[in-house]
Amino acid sequence: MLGFPVLTALIVLPAIGAALVVAIPRTRPEIVKVVALAVSVAVLVLACYGLYEFATGTAGFQFVSRHVWIKQWGISWHLGIDGISLFLVVLTALLFPFALAGSDAHHDVKAYTAWMLVLEAGCLGVFLALDLFLFFVFWEIVLVPMYFLIGGWGYEGRVYAALKFFIYTMTGSALMLVGILALVFIHAGHTGHLTFDLQTLAREQSFSGSTARWLFAAFAVSFAIKVPIFPLHTWLPDAHTEAPTAGSVILAGVLLKLGTYGFLRFGLYLFPKVSHDLAPLLLTLGVVGIIYGAIVAAVQRDLKRLIAYSSVAHLGFIILGTFALTTQGVQGGIIQMVNHGLSTGALFLLVGMIYERRHTREIADLGGLQKVAPVFAGVFMLVMLSSVGLPGLNGFVGEFLVLIGTFISRRWWAVVAATGVILAAVYLLWAYQRVFHGVPEGENLKFPELRWREGAVLAPVLALIVFLGVYPKPVLDRMEPSVRTLVERVDRQAGTHQPSVAQGGHR
Amino acid sequence: MIAAVAQVQPGQPLQLPHVDWVTIGPAGIFFVGGLAMLLAGVFLRRRVPRGLWSGTTVVIAVLALWPAFHLWHQIASGGARTAIADAVVVDGFSIFIDVVIISAVVMAALLTDGYLRRENLEGTEFYVLMLFSASGGMLMASANDLIVVFLGLEILSIALYTLAGFQQRREGSQEAAIKYFVLGAFSSAFFLYGIALVYGSTGSTNLGVIADFLRTNSLTNGLLLGGFALLIVGLGFKVAAVPFHMWTPDVYQGSPTPATAFMAAVAKAAGFAALLRLFVSTFNTYRLDWQPIVWALAVLSLLVGSVLAVVQTDVKRMLAYSSIAHAGYVLVGFQTASNRGVAGALFYLFAYAFMIVGSFAVVTLVSGRGDTDASLDAFRGLSSRRPALAFVFTIFLLAQTGVPLTSGFLAKFYVISAAVEAHSYALAIIAMIAAVIAAFFYLRLIVVMYMAAPAAEGEEAAPTARIPIAVGAGMSLTIAVGFTLVVGFLPASVFDFARHATLLKL
Repeated sequence: MLGFPVLTALIVLPAIGAALVVAIPRTRPEIVKVVALAVSVAVLVLACYGLYEFATGTAGFQFVSRHVWIKQWGISWHLGIDGISLFLVVLTALLFPFALAGSDAHHDVKAYTAWMLVLEAGCLGVFLALDLFLFFVFWEIVLVPMYFLIGGWGYEGRVYAALKFFIYTMTGSALMLVGILALVFIHAGHTGHLTFDLQTLAREQSFSGSTARWLFAAFAVSFAIKVPIFPLHTWLPDAHTEAPTAGSVILAGVLLKLGTYGFLRFGLYLFPKVSHDLAPLLLTLGVVGIIYGAIVAAVQRDLKRLIAYSSVAHLGFIILGTFALTTQGVQGGIIQMVNHGLSTGALFLLVGMIYERRHTREIADLGGLQKVAPVFAGVFMLVMLSSVGLPGLNGFVGEFLVLIGTFISRRWWAVVAATGVILAAVYLLWAYQRVFHGVPEGENLKFPELRWREGAVLAPVLALIVFLGVYPKPVLDRMEPSVRTLVERVDRQAGTHQPSVAQGGHR
Repeated sequence: MIAAVAQVQPGQPLQLPHVDWVTIGPAGIFFVGGLAMLLAGVFLRRRVPRGLWSGTTVVIAVLALWPAFHLWHQIASGGARTAIADAVVVDGFSIFIDVVIISAVVMAALLTDGYLRRENLEGTEFYVLMLFSASGGMLMASANDLIVVFLGLEILSIALYTLAGFQQRREGSQEAAIKYFVLGAFSSAFFLYGIALVYGSTGSTNLGVIADFLRTNSLTNGLLLGGFALLIVGLGFKVAAVPFHMWTPDVYQGSPTPATAFMAAVAKAAGFAALLRLFVSTFNTYRLDWQPIVWALAVLSLLVGSVLAVVQTDVKRMLAYSSIAHAGYVLVGFQTASNRGVAGALFYLFAYAFMIVGSFAVVTLVSGRGDTDASLDAFRGLSSRRPALAFVFTIFLLAQTGVPLTSGFLAKFYVISAAVEAHSYALAIIAMIAAVIAAFFYLRLIVVMYMAAPAAEGEEAAPTARIPIAVGAGMSLTIAVGFTLVVGFLPASVFDFARHATLLKL
């Protein structure tokens, strides 16, 4: 298609950046930061180039690059991008420079930055891989830098949180590996050739209903831990709270999306029938997550932990949209992934700034910050309202589409989930009120205002929050064909039809 | 296949079989090289340049690669065959194990150089014992007769017992040697009894004849099964499979660390070589009888090894338990009795040799003069004292955890895929759960190296002693880490090597 292997470059560039950073002498941390920023911005530029060149209106994979890696096993370096992964790639490419520029490592900048860039390569790899082996490699690789980032640069409980994160996620991927292998070998048993290629495996499916259910379960547990879906979420508050600011931004903004993306790309695509059959279970867990996350968030004393729990609720919406199995629901789910990445990423960055200034995240210790830092408060307010889902900001678009999409196919789940919108307003506004309203006292009187540099870092994200809220059409147009094809595939295999309203909606 | 047993008739000269020396070339070079070095050591007691013996050992090991390559090409063109009155077999499988053992010897010899100087134990003996032991291991891999297997096993083991006790002045080393010797002798007796029972029920000790006999006769008495059980006990001991693992932690901890590194890589490779050849190839017709036993051994080794490693505070002991778990993964491949399973087991042994020698090399350096302190505390804050060493160790630990882009991941991937292909889903899942448990203690070690909090008031401060890295140890680490990463990225050629390293069809 194109001479230049954009997607390969997207993965290789940050990896080279990490190697460069390692090569810089320890005594020059300032160069490290410049190099890392330059590399991550270059990745963003490449991703935007991909966005620009992306052919709107096509459902298939674009920019495909494919090279044999291990011939005997049918494993290849197979990358591709479609409407589902496109915006997640752009989001990832955006959040890394955002996180790198927005926060500093308090020691050992070199190692910290190198791990960040390795993490970027891994995350992009997960979103781009079209080979199950390659996907698994990236999926696992992501764990290592994140583990070191939490464990090396986090707060008090960092070692525990890092270990918990690693063990939880690895448990899931251990099962997924068995699932992948079973899928591949069952396919090889029927067709006689061994391949890990996602599209081939999806096309030539060769397993019975109960086998498919087991295989789906093996994948689903892994994704559910990563998302995280309700009963498997306990690693999340610890990891988010203890991680350094940039780690939290990436964890919330990108890593959680790996799970939801996995459901779309591998769950729905490989096991359409089972996805349909098990949708009620996952919808229920999603709704439980929405309500539970909101309630638990409301009673947190630690601002960062509150936002961490709000992620559980937001990710519940994404699961809801995904398993509504309607075009609008899935679209809403994807756009909500982007929204959550932007708004929660920005919220974590802002909380990180509060911590830098006040050395506390306890809500009770803060108060009246609006009086001393009105601009900071304004920015926080905007991001928070996007997270709440105020019309006109991006969060509304996503939640609205998810709820519509779910209402069409699964009415009662949508009704219950809608209460989550109110609860989100409750805990976030209440938190805002406690932190920013009132009369500042003591230390809070000296709370510094937003600096120019911080503002400059936040500005693009704020702009996107507003832009996506006002005019989401370009995004929706690009993802629609792929989403529609996926949903139709599920319908065809499950023998159902989504209500015609779900397809008709041309916005 | 006919057993060409030299019949001794009264009054006639003994008929000796024709000896095709090339077929036992690698083992022969090791053995002759060892003898020569022993002699040279006697005459050159004094004034030898630094690193001479270690260098010689490496040269001998590399020389042994030549007949190995030669035989490999011969097999590729002419097929596998037996030689020397059918007592030995030349097939891809034996060559593969030879290469594994050669690699382990090279790395261990490089590591030993600085170690012996540090401990004032300079001399040829350590290297000679290593070469003898390795030649025994190679003999086991190419044995086509139970007696030859036993011969190899004894050559391997007796040298290892001595290596374990090489640091005479340290009590732990003495204890390790005596423990290893007593229990090892015991297991050899089991093995020998197993040979007797198999001989009793099949009428031969030659593997080809046994396989033929088993194919054409159906045995209903328990004699053969008893023989299987005893053979598994004897070899299970060598590879440290649960429940025959009791010696492992004590011996691994007590032995001089380079000896531990050597032992972990070579004894395991040789033991598994014999196990795979005997059971997958010779006793293949009875696999429904032995597979459940191996299944149980695999599960026990995986779980016991991983769980007990978690509670260790000594790194050598922890690695010993983890090596038990690693044996479990090889058993997973073994249990399938399929081509993929054997190839997976071989690949695992190859990758494991580099990871484990590398890991023990780091331990050798960190535990300091006297080889005394390998506790977790000795590793505290290693990243700030010796960043490169900590980083290299981290790679070995992550490889052992099974993180992608390392050879360790592909090794696990290979054996698990063999298990899945053979529909042993339960075993595959148990193996992966064991990997998660194992991740816990590998990560804990990484935590100690990288994330250790500065010592609080009253606590013992992190060690600050300088860690000298000998040239040889550095080379050894470079080889190990290079292999682990390069194969992790580009495994195709080693995958092919393992896939073509098939057992001779009996």
